[in-house]
Amino acid sequence: MKPRIKKFLFTNGPLLATICIFILVYILGGQLYPAMQKPQVFFNLFINNGSLLIIAIGMTMVVLMGGIDLSVSGMIALTSVASASLLLLDMNPVLVMALMLLMGILIGLVQGFIIHYLKVEAFVVTLMGLFFTRGMAYVINKSSVTIKNEFYKYLALTKIHLPIFEGTFIYITTLVAILLLIVVFIITRYTNFGRRIYAIGNNEQSALLMGMPVARTKLMVYSISGFCSALAGIVFSISLLSGFGGYARSMEMDAIAAVVIGGTALTGGKGNVIGTLFGVMISGTIVTILQFNGTLTSWWTRIAVGILTLIFIGIQSLFYIRKKQI
Amino acid sequence: MVENNCELLRMEKVTKTFPGVRALTNVDFCLHKGEIHALVGENGAGKSTLIKVMTGVERLDEGVMIYDGKEVRIKSPQHAQSLGISTVYQEVNLCSNLSVAENLLLGREPRKFGFIQWKAMNKRAEMILGDLNVNIDVKAPLASYSTAIQQITAIARALEISSAKVLILDEPTSSLDAQESELIFKVMRKLKEKGVGIIFITHFINQIYAVADRITILRNGCLVGTYKTEELSTFDLIKKMIGRSLAEYEDMKKSDYPVSERKLVASVEEIAHGNDLEPTDLELNSGEVVGMAGLLGSGRTALAELIFGVSEPDEGKLEVGDTVLARHTPHDSLMNGIGLCPEDRKESGIVGDLTIRENIILAMQAKLGWFKFLSKAKQYEMANKYIDMLQIMTPSPDQLVKNLSGGNQQKVILARWLAIHPNLLILDEPTRGIDIGTKAEIQKLVISLAEDGMACMFISSELEEVMRTSNRIVVMRDREKVTELPGDVSEQLIMEAIAGSDG
Amino acid sequence: MANQSNHKISLFRRFRNSQLFWPLVALVIILAFDGIYAPGFFELGIVDGHLYGNLIDVVNNGAPLILVAIGMTMVIATNGVDLSVGAVIAISAAMGAVLINPAFGNELISNEILTQNISKTPLPLIVLANLAAGTICGLWNGFLVSRGKIQPMVATLILMVGGRGLAQLITNGQIMTIYYTPYYVFGNGYLLGIPVSVYIVVAVLLIAVLLVRKTSIGLFVESVGVNAKSAFYSGISEKNIKLMAYTFCSFCAAIAGLILSSYVHSADANNLGLDYELDAILSVVIGGTLMAGGRFSLVASVIGALVIRTFTITMYTVGVPANALMAAKAVLVLLVILLYSEQSRKLLNKLSENKKRKQKINEA
Repeated sequence: MKPRIKKFLFTNGPLLATICIFILVYILGGQLYPAMQKPQVFFNLFINNGSLLIIAIGMTMVVLMGGIDLSVSGMIALTSVASASLLLLDMNPVLVMALMLLMGILIGLVQGFIIHYLKVEAFVVTLMGLFFTRGMAYVINKSSVTIKNEFYKYLALTKIHLPIFEGTFIYITTLVAILLLIVVFIITRYTNFGRRIYAIGNNEQSALLMGMPVARTKLMVYSISGFCSALAGIVFSISLLSGFGGYARSMEMDAIAAVVIGGTALTGGKGNVIGTLFGVMISGTIVTILQFNGTLTSWWTRIAVGILTLIFIGIQSLFYIRKKQI
Repeated sequence: MVENNCELLRMEKVTKTFPGVRALTNVDFCLHKGEIHALVGENGAGKSTLIKVMTGVERLDEGVMIYDGKEVRIKSPQHAQSLGISTVYQEVNLCSNLSVAENLLLGREPRKFGFIQWKAMNKRAEMILGDLNVNIDVKAPLASYSTAIQQITAIARALEISSAKVLILDEPTSSLDAQESELIFKVMRKLKEKGVGIIFITHFINQIYAVADRITILRNGCLVGTYKTEELSTFDLIKKMIGRSLAEYEDMKKSDYPVSERKLVASVEEIAHGNDLEPTDLELNSGEVVGMAGLLGSGRTALAELIFGVSEPDEGKLEVGDTVLARHTPHDSLMNGIGLCPEDRKESGIVGDLTIRENIILAMQAKLGWFKFLSKAKQYEMANKYIDMLQIMTPSPDQLVKNLSGGNQQKVILARWLAIHPNLLILDEPTRGIDIGTKAEIQKLVISLAEDGMACMFISSELEEVMRTSNRIVVMRDREKVTELPGDVSEQLIMEAIAGSDG
Repeated sequence: MANQSNHKISLFRRFRNSQLFWPLVALVIILAFDGIYAPGFFELGIVDGHLYGNLIDVVNNGAPLILVAIGMTMVIATNGVDLSVGAVIAISAAMGAVLINPAFGNELISNEILTQNISKTPLPLIVLANLAAGTICGLWNGFLVSRGKIQPMVATLILMVGGRGLAQLITNGQIMTIYYTPYYVFGNGYLLGIPVSVYIVVAVLLIAVLLVRKTSIGLFVESVGVNAKSAFYSGISEKNIKLMAYTFCSFCAAIAGLILSSYVHSADANNLGLDYELDAILSVVIGGTLMAGGRFSLVASVIGALVIRTFTITMYTVGVPANALMAAKAVLVLLVILLYSEQSRKLLNKLSENKKRKQKINEA
């Protein structure tokens, strides 16, 4: 039995650590603030962090492949303003959403192209992507644009009551993140495309020698990340019923932190979206605890997240070193 | 004729030239079905080029390749693979984070409606490996297995993809110990039974004798011969590989630094390091060239790096003059008068994007520290001095080192260390991949350095070089020191020492 | 025959081949554009006894960016990157400014005291605290990279994410408005008609260039950037070089923080130095130092920073809305990187080879 347990711990170590920390932090919060023990608090985690979870999922795929996408927050801003402006022109809301997703895919594709074929570092390209998208958001409209469209309002305000616990609910948009999580999990686990991502993230040269279509895969993953950013932007604009160029500032860093805390190595090839889910939930829980406290500023979240990221990077390097010794 | 029926692959009079270098000259090679054929030769002998021609990475300039009875021109690696010629390289080109099964079947996983059927995949992987008598948990990540298993997985994948008829194994056992190598051999024998023709490239003599049916020896791009293993003794094999060649050299006289005036410059006692080196003793004296003879992998580089401070010994002591050096870095060695020209000059020697001048003064400057900066004038003076002394071919000292030929790059690195006037200079394969003329120059240089009182440790796989320059010869085999011999000993004796008791 | 070939190549040739050439060309192009489309750009006036105008603005407002660019160059040259400079600006500014009215624990200081033009700590000590805070940040980053063997992007990400929180801690969550007028001299003061910040930048640049070219540090940094292994084998302590680079970078960020907070009269942990890391990296890239490290030029990065500032002010002057500026900057930098990249170099080589071949055919 023992070697099997060891192997299980070995392969899933970081993920288990993340889950444990989440449980610990949540319980701690519950002890400190009894009001936090209400079930709705748990579901609020999903409601409040929907957009973050969506871009973090897209980011997970990119990071697994060994890349990075800093443009995600700019895409959210751009999507929000673009949708709001188009809705003002009375365009069909479903069409608007479709257009936004298409835009996300295209921008992701262009970034992927520059990264792979023109061999410019992903960090630099997506950084420029961030500038570009956020800049264009401001170009469309300097200030915030309200959304009055009925369909959007419906999506924003309709509660779905959960039978499990009394009085708990989520919104329709919350489901988007959960659905995306399931889909991406299946992709990364049960499709050749998903396995290719892991292969390229581990060793691009080997993947190429093994006959994998590396270029195509990379382009697709960056496009997917763009899609996720646009999707997150749609969810964001629904939640706030407005669009603004200044939205989601620094959210790309929160996404990266969530990915790292979730156990995905920034070097690529290791990790999964489940971990990212818990990474988001941990930072969400910390924010919740701070809200219940009321006196500490939100910047404590930043510090806590920073420390957690450090700890997890440390754990990751330890695992990496252990593996090398084998 | 029986020959034609069991002949899988034949190369006739293959010649391949690269700019400035004749890699292969009129080489013949023949592989039979169901045979393990060892391809042997030191670095630069032409083995990799021959393989590259076989597998479509390079095109031959002259000669023919006959595969399965028909003449072929291999256009690309994919073409070679489609014909059934598969290669597995020394570095495991797989993805360590994926499971064994995944690595075996990546890209060809059993699928239903596009979704991978893990159970079916694992079963199939188990079957493939079981066929080779390897029974492991295919669900575990590749990284959790030894290099041997990883190699076997790579081999199995190569076979799977092309249902290979010809399998080329390029140094598959380089990072394996005896037990793990035996695993690979088992797989090789199984494949041999199935009729696969295996080309086995290795520098481990005992392994050749463990598995190979026939041996082909290459040297300096030419075919020395093909022999049945049972008809060639170890001694003869080594002699044909590295024994005295017919190359013309001027009569080089060894260093005549008087023995009585030789002083102990450095000594190591019982120094050892993990899998790379067994406890070894060595003394290095001024005015003396100590030649380190032995085959690749015998532990000479490991010893050099331990002395120089690149790696730390697990046990043992290093003394330089009166100082005991422990947990030291190259910087400390530098300060104590030790220099090293590393084995891989591209990776650890040259700073390619910097100029010749900057490369030459680098160690000297490292010795002086951050704040005592050599003036530009002094730098140019030093650079020009060594450019002249070593006859480095360059229009100016401001040329980037990466643009120089291998020989000139080696001279630049030598100049770097000569500039600090070390008491001990270690040279690890300084003549590898260099033209004959420069090789001679470097050997003469080493002798003259000793004549001026420097202690030199000269590592080379070319026995004639070691014999030509050394006052004392240390023989290493299988990561330990076998014996020390006087410099004027016969070639026979050295070979016997290298070959060991299986000669 | 090898000889000292310096004097054989004309001065112009050397300039043409140096790293300064293309950034200066870019700068000249932008200025030329100004000359044609916005003639008012170059107006200089004297207001209140000191020089005033767009050009002065470029350098004055650009001083913090120039400083951070200088520091960032050193880090990038070692094949690294420092994402935390913005956070370090905030931290060091906070550390210095808080000493004006230090409050311990939950001690509340009355508004009256806070708005007085008095400092409980002498100015030199404030400056020292500022610089010390920055240096410690640099040492932190440097140790993570050199000893912890963590990827630079990952290592500096930590301080970037958590650093502003740290700054908030120092300022106790307040946006500190500074009323102590002597503090204003760094960002607003003038000496002989020229902004004090310019003097600071020139001084730092001078010291940095001396440090890098008159000692062996520059050579070692370049060696480590090109091939850290070979540098190690040659006896260079590549760990210490990297440590030095990150410390220096944060030190420069600290000075930038001093000037910035002095200019806006406040130490705002949230917003001070926001997005500076991006502009700094761009400056270095435009200056021609490759992200992969190796050969670098501090002066070229300074010019790169000037290019960015001038570009920004030109856009304002021409009437491009501030929002569009971000997008324009993005495109600009990508174009520059592509120009410098291997692909375009190969393309250019091919083109010039074709040209030479045609010439040969014509001559034959």
